[in-house]
Parts: sequence; structure tokens; C-alpha cells
Amino acid sequence: MRAFWSRFRQNRGAVIGLIILAIVIICAIAAPFLFPRSPWSMVQRPFLPPFEMDGLPLGTDALGRDVLSGLFHGARVSLLVGLVSTVVALAIGIPIGALAGYYGGLVDDALMRFTEFFQTIPSFALAIVLLAIFQPTLAYVILAIAIVSWPPVARLVRGEVLSLRNREFVEAATLSGQSNLRIILRQVLPNALPPIIVLASLMVATAILLESSLSFLGLGDPNVMSWGYMIGAARTVLRTAWWLSFIPGIAILLTVLALNLIGEGLNDALNPRLRKRTS
Amino acid sequence: MKTFQYLTTAAAIAIASSLAAQETPKSGGTLNAVIQPEPPGLMLGLIQNGPTQMVAGQIYESLLRYDKNLDPMPSLAKEWTKSEDGLTYTFTLQDDVVWHDGAPFTSADVVFSVDVFLRETHARLRASLVHVESIEAPDDKTVVFTLKQPFGPFLGIFEAGTMPMIPKHIYEGTDYANNPANNTPIGTGPFKFEQWERGSYIHLVKNEDYYMEGKPYLDEIYYQVIPDAASRSVAFETGQVDLLPGGSVENFDIPRLTAMDNVCFTNDGWEFFGPHSWMWMNMHEGPMMDKNLRKAVMHAMDREFARDALWNGNGTVAKGPVSSVTRFHEPNTPDISFDPEKAREYLAQSDYDGETLQILPLPYGETWQRWAEAVRQNLSEVGINSELVATDVAGWNQRTGDWDFDLAFTYLYQYGDPALGVARTYVSSNIAKGSPWNNVSGYVNDEVDSLFAEAAVQASDEARQELYTEVQNIVVDDVPVAWMLELQFPTIYRCDLKNPVSTAIGVNDGMRDAWLDRE
Repeated sequence: MRAFWSRFRQNRGAVIGLIILAIVIICAIAAPFLFPRSPWSMVQRPFLPPFEMDGLPLGTDALGRDVLSGLFHGARVSLLVGLVSTVVALAIGIPIGALAGYYGGLVDDALMRFTEFFQTIPSFALAIVLLAIFQPTLAYVILAIAIVSWPPVARLVRGEVLSLRNREFVEAATLSGQSNLRIILRQVLPNALPPIIVLASLMVATAILLESSLSFLGLGDPNVMSWGYMIGAARTVLRTAWWLSFIPGIAILLTVLALNLIGEGLNDALNPRLRKRTS
Repeated sequence: MKTFQYLTTAAAIAIASSLAAQETPKSGGTLNAVIQPEPPGLMLGLIQNGPTQMVAGQIYESLLRYDKNLDPMPSLAKEWTKSEDGLTYTFTLQDDVVWHDGAPFTSADVVFSVDVFLRETHARLRASLVHVESIEAPDDKTVVFTLKQPFGPFLGIFEAGTMPMIPKHIYEGTDYANNPANNTPIGTGPFKFEQWERGSYIHLVKNEDYYMEGKPYLDEIYYQVIPDAASRSVAFETGQVDLLPGGSVENFDIPRLTAMDNVCFTNDGWEFFGPHSWMWMNMHEGPMMDKNLRKAVMHAMDREFARDALWNGNGTVAKGPVSSVTRFHEPNTPDISFDPEKAREYLAQSDYDGETLQILPLPYGETWQRWAEAVRQNLSEVGINSELVATDVAGWNQRTGDWDFDLAFTYLYQYGDPALGVARTYVSSNIAKGSPWNNVSGYVNDEVDSLFAEAAVQASDEARQELYTEVQNIVVDDVPVAWMLELQFPTIYRCDLKNPVSTAIGVNDGMRDAWLDRE
């Protein structure tokens, strides 16, 4: 663990990313304490520019709602969507990839054709279609994002498992009479974990972007204040109140950037040999 | 402040109209206007949706037009009389009116249009025609309507979109819906149909044989089809179009456009329609059956804020079921203004125990979505939980028609008279699952039913006013719907387009008198 951290620490960008992400997480946790009123409360006159009034440092939106409060509460939604949808996507992608890679043959063919079926449809278009069919509530938004983002996980896991399953330690486990399930869970998957972790950190970033894009198009949960919603609602006044789109846009940019930097750092830390080669 | 505003507007109108009177109209020029959305057809006798009326109102005419006070003015009828008992109306037609194909327009066309064609095709007119006993043409220039009983709003149904004149010589004995002439509409109006390039433009040209000497002034009109709202704003900014009919650009673009040089706008020209917005409150089942909760919702909403923040200050806070531009509006109905304290009191008296109300916003774009968000917040501040249900237009139609909501935004036209456009929302005979346009709330009050029925068939306006005042007081006290705003849709135009809005239906029939002050 210590070795991992010291390797991670060597990537300065990753550390910066971690700091940014920590700030975002603190904002998300602090939101209900710092802004106990709903972010939808109409507190001042509409279109108050930033830095004009004490207590409303980022001004107000088209309905006089506090932008800073929206930003803090939006952090909760973005992180929640990013994490939960990634967990769900992993929960779909890992078993499919592991089974396909471990058993090979017909199972592999069937599962990979199924995966490719999802991969051939542009993920954003599929998410829109799914939300048009479901009610756009937060749970369905998360589900839709998970459904469009699991195929790369399945392919990655399959590849890892394929290369691992002929190793000696797997053969040894087979000889010792362990069941297939036990081998997959105890021997193969733990060794396939590093690239999955790296991929997962990037998937969180993609999920946050996807949620924002969906809300921007008005396909998000209309009862949840998210960054994408804030940009979408402000898009129409871009020419008169540009900061209303700009501020949450920066928040998304920083969070996604932080997650990508962290992903990079994780990659370095978990695959030290790879790093030496590239640097 | 409010009074001051009215005074300045009134003064501005007075100045503008005196200026208009001084100027002599110039003939000639091409007008480019926006039409949104593209109409499904232009045969006004078959299709009456908004954009169709806006274009076809220049092609077809009716017997009367209406000024901004909804008083009738001559159109194809040059004079009309009403018998003492209110049962017989006699119209005398203009001389020398010909159809666009050259055939003369006679009283036989009127009888055919009303009694045969429109009775079959026009549901809204048919509802009024049940009061009509017979329509006769004693000679070529006279038409006599005989009623079964007095029908108060009768003189209000002779508007072009309600009763367009249809050429008998083209349609008699044919399959109306599939008549090939529907693609090349023939009317008596100031402009003739020339060409329709689908998805691009509709081209009308001046009717050289129009019965009014010198009119119309414009040589031709192009109605440009521009599907995207932002592109419509840009088309106006760049001078590609000179006329934006009400509702054709998003609200938030209006201040920017009207601030441009040489740009004028008016809120007039919607008096006949009187678009009135409210939230249906589902009284079929669920929490909104509780009158105290309905009152709490009514008082919780800050409608002035919504008007100022979302409608650029355009519109009037509604006081009840009858719009202030509609006839027989009663200004002194029970108070339903924004008052959170009162809302909390009513809420405390109600049986409401924290259920989450389902609000259905109108899926007509940003303004309506923001409005629903504001209402949800208003409600939460007095302690009523609610959430927005996201739908598209089809979903909204279905949920509203199936009574699958607690609160649902809508707006409807009033057509100048409570008997034509108001009663339908509140009478119990108009409750039917499946339609989002009838008495969707499910409001049942026998007294209201009989008052509306009685008021429609009174001969004198005084008697009608008395009954309508009574019914408005009862309905406002029952709050079967949560009234929002009397909407205004400003018409925006280049200032050198003169007089585009001169009647109660505005640009729908205004091009007859419009002219361009250009060289």
C-alpha cells in the first residue's frame, strides 16, 4: 500500500486531481449544512450577476435561485450518478467478461456478440432512447448510463481473463480441485483488477459527462438540481447571462479532469513497469 | 406604477393611431413573415389550427370582423340587423365580391358554407349552430339566420377562423376532405394563394379584384417556414423577415429583439382568443378533491413573479375563469392573489398529509418548464410537496386526457365570449375521459351548469352579465382550476410595416390593411 502511494505520488497531475476531487467531495458532503434551503429556492431577483451581493457570491439564475447553492447540491448529484452508474456497469460488465474469457468457445461467442450488439449503438443515442422509454427519474438516469457503459468493461475483463486463465497458478488451482466459480473469484479476477480500477475511474468521469449532457438536453430528472440541468437551463440566456452556463461548466470540467488525472496516476501506480517504459 | 404604465401605453397607442391616421398608406412591397409551425393545410374550412388561421385568414373571409373591443365590424356583410326578440339576424352582403377564380360571391355561398360545409367539418362552430333554426337566402345579397332561442354570443361567431366562407361552386357535392382544390385554396380575401414550397415558404399575392378599392396595399406576402426558434430570432435580426407573429420566438429573446432599432411590437390582436392559462386540478380522485387544498395551492403561487421573470412582464394575473379581454369579465370576484399566510391557513384546514403532488408541465419549451419549477417551489414554501413529471407533447395529451396528474398546466382560447370559450371548461356535461380540452378537472356544480346554460340564451347583454357575474363568483370560490395568467403574445415587426394589427385576431386577418413605408 505504501509502495502504491509513493508511486501514485510521483505523478504530480494525479495528486492535483486527487485534491480537486477531494474538494468536490467535501462540497457534496457540506451542501446540506452550508445550504440547508433547497437549491430551487427563489431567493433574490433573477439574473443577479456574480460578486454583486454579499451571501450570493455567484449570483442567481433565471428564477432568482442561488447559483452557488446549486453548484454544491449539483456536486452531490454528479458524484452519485458517477459512482452508482459505474458500480452498476461493473456489476454487469465484469461477470459477462469473466465468463466469456474463462469458458471461451460458445459461451464466449454468445456473450461477445451480445456485448457487440450494445457497442454498435452509439452510447449517447442509446441513453436518450432509454430515457425516452423510461420516466426520467434519477434512478433511471443512472440505469441508462450503466446500460450504455458496461460493454468496454466486459471486453477488458475478457481480455485479462483470457491471458490469465492459462497461467500456472490457475492450472494449479484447477488441479487442486477448486470449482470454476471459486477460481474465477479467488484467482483470476483479483489479478485482473488493476486495469479495471483504472477503467472505472475514467468511467466515473464519463458518467458525469453523460448525466450532464442528458440534463442539458432536458432529459434528466426535472426534480434534481444537477450541473447539466444548470447549463441546460442557462443555455437560452447565453447571450445575456453567460456566467450561468460558464460556472457549472467549469465545475464539470474540473471534476472530469480530476478523475482523468487520477486514472492516469492509478495506471502508473498499478502498472509500474509500464510507466518506466513510457517515461 | 401600474396605472402609470397603463397611462403611458394608452398614450403611446393614441399617438401611434393618430400618426397612422395622418400617413397615407403606400401601395406595393413584399412582406416576409414567419409562420410557426408549418401549417398542415390552408383550407380554413377543414383545418383551424393556429398557423393555418394566420395564413388562410388573408385568403378566406367571413361576414364580420371584430375590433379590439370585440365589437363587430363589416367584412363580407356590409350591414346587419337583429330583430327585437333576438331570434332573427339579417345580413346584407357587399356588392361586387368575387371569388379568386372570378365567380361571384352570393348569399348561396353563405348558406352552403354555414349550413352544409362547416356544419359537417367545424366542431366548434357546430356547437354554436345548434341554436340556429334555419339559414335562408331570400335574394343574392341577403342572408337571414333564424334562431331557436336567443343566443347571446351569436354575433361573435362570424370571425374568419370560426366561419370562413367556402366557395359553393367548387365544393358542393364533393368529398370535402379530398377535394383537390384544398391544395389551391380559393377565397374572397385580399390575398390569393400562389405557391407553397413545403418546408420553405408559402407565397400569397395581391388580389387585384378585391372589392375594396385600393386594398390590399402589399403586393405579396411570403410566410417563411423556419423550424428552429433561435433561427427565427436570427432571421428577424438579419432582416430576412419583418414580422414575427405572437408566439413565434422564445420569451427570453423578446427583450433583445424589441430593443433593436426600427423594431416595434404590440400585445394587441389576441383579444378574440384571450389565451388564458391555468393548472387543472384533478377532482376525480386524490388530494385535489379537497377544496381547502385547492385554495392553498391557489394562494401559494406567486403569479406576478412568474409573469415578470418568465414572461418579461407581459400578461395579466388572472382573477378567475373569464379573461379581462373577454366579454362579461367580472373584476370583483373573490380574492385569489398570492398570499402564503392564507395558503398555510387553508392547508391547515385541509386533509392534506404530505402526499407528493404530481405536476404536469406544458411541454412547450423553456418558459413553461421554468414556470412549473417556480410553482413547485412556491408550493414547497407553504408546505405542499410536489414533483414535476417530464413528458413530451403526446405524453402530456395522454396524461391530461386520462386524468393521470394532480396538477397540469394548460392554456385555452376564450373566443371572446364565455359561452364560446369558458363554459366548456366548467360545465359537468363536458366531462369525458380522453380529451385534454374539455372539463378535465372534473368539476361538477349544478348551479354553475344551469347558470352557464341560462346565460348563453339570454337576449340582453345586461341579463347575461348578471348571470355571468354570479357564475364567476361561484367558480372562483370553488377553485376547480388554479388560474395563472392571461397570456400575451407580442407581435414583433419592423416599424416601417404599418398597421399589421388592427383587429381582435391581429395578424390573422390584418394584412388587408397593412402597408410598407418603403421606397
